[in-house]
Amino acid sequence: MKHVDSKAKKYGMVIDLDKCTGCGTCMVACMAENNVPFKKDETDKRLSITWMRVFKLTNGKPYPDNEICYLPRPCQHCEGQHTGHSPCVSVCPATATDYDSETGIVSQIYTRCFGCRYCMGACPYHARYFNWWDPVWPGEMEKYLNPDVSPRMRGVVEKCSFCYHRAQLAMEKAHVEGRKELKEKEYQTACTQACPAGAIVFGDLNNPEHEVHQVAQPDPHHHGRPKNPNAFRLLERLGTNTKVYYLSSREWVRRAGDNYLDSEGSASHE
Amino acid sequence: MSHSSDPVSPEGNESPAATSDTESKDGAVIILFFIIGLAASMVVGWVVFPTLLYSKKYQPVSFNHTLHVKEVENGCQSCHFLRKDGTFSGIPTLNSCKSCHESVQGETEEEARFVSQYVDRNREVPWLIYSRQPDCVFFSHAAHIVTAKMDCVTCHGHIGESDRSPVYEVNRITGYSRNIWGKSIAGIKHNSWDRMKMDDCSACHVRENVRQTSVQTEKGGCFVCHK
Repeated sequence: MKHVDSKAKKYGMVIDLDKCTGCGTCMVACMAENNVPFKKDETDKRLSITWMRVFKLTNGKPYPDNEICYLPRPCQHCEGQHTGHSPCVSVCPATATDYDSETGIVSQIYTRCFGCRYCMGACPYHARYFNWWDPVWPGEMEKYLNPDVSPRMRGVVEKCSFCYHRAQLAMEKAHVEGRKELKEKEYQTACTQACPAGAIVFGDLNNPEHEVHQVAQPDPHHHGRPKNPNAFRLLERLGTNTKVYYLSSREWVRRAGDNYLDSEGSASHE
Repeated sequence: MSHSSDPVSPEGNESPAATSDTESKDGAVIILFFIIGLAASMVVGWVVFPTLLYSKKYQPVSFNHTLHVKEVENGCQSCHFLRKDGTFSGIPTLNSCKSCHESVQGETEEEARFVSQYVDRNREVPWLIYSRQPDCVFFSHAAHIVTAKMDCVTCHGHIGESDRSPVYEVNRITGYSRNIWGKSIAGIKHNSWDRMKMDDCSACHVRENVRQTSVQTEKGGCFVCHK
């Protein structure tokens, strides 16, 4: 059941951790773009919904050797060992989450989801969030919601969609102009465009002309493992075959990305 | 024990025959009530429920499509057009109407009311949208009109040949227009424009092999039509 008109894409992201300052603009941009609900009291972070979340890593050494690194974490859009065998997609009993073999995007359909949260248990990246309450926007804020993203209701799981609605809108323009393919800059996620440090690059990992492909250099013979020595993926050895690559010139950051213990050897790609 | 009488009495011998007689009468009554009950539930389900389920609303101004299609040069696209960025204009705003209806043109009461209530007061007409889909649906007119070269009638029917706005029926439970479910409560479909449910979209997408890229279902990918 392959679509004949266009070549299969694999939308992915490269985040340069050497450039990331941990400012959190990507998180704000994401929440505004995707109508992510928030509560009056956000002190309990286990109940917060953050499609894009910046984590703080530390090398655990005392001053003056102490170093920190900020790591933004969207949904990793895992491909798995064969197309679409993502941890979440393979467990969903409702077909609410799915893998698109043409875009490589893991979709989440809120009206289909019945909230069993199996996917949340399966996701090794904690990228999925549950709506414990119906969203309430203060005052007139409801009027500022993005009409291109459907708001979620109580009792469903939500997660980063790589701003897929932006691809849908860009495709509309392409249709009118008689094109079948999107240009690289036509479809960019909100976090990519918002990042003031330019740490995030987004595009088609299958397309050698796209910057993501050139930076990450995914190896098709090893499930997309990066050939760039400074690039790594989170929990690479689980075999989730994610589409979010990270760059760091620091060895301890790359090791932290795969959660290696002190007693274990060096990172998998070296 | 020795004092006990014979448990089988002559009367006792007769009773089974008597009960089977009353049982068959009871049975007939039960079947009769069942049939009456079934018929009643059918009437409630097919006639009463649909009338109660939908509330009727009328457009603020009854619009005569036939009259307007004659006046404009470019058919449907004259008022319902694609913008350059690929989005669809939908129902025209007051500005489009104003270019002709600055003052009353014809002799109809509806037009006079439209001019006095909306044009003169510069108020947008709160049109009811028959084909409005739920929030979670993404529909691209550009993909269907330009790339798939479909005509308006395939989904919207012969609305362009109507001389008054049809009654807008709204589902009291879901709040959606009846055009989505279709007029037939049983969901029977004779024309391509009779219903606008997800099954109707996907049936055509399967037939035309549009992005059948879902890994789970091997049918249409979810993010083709959902947002």
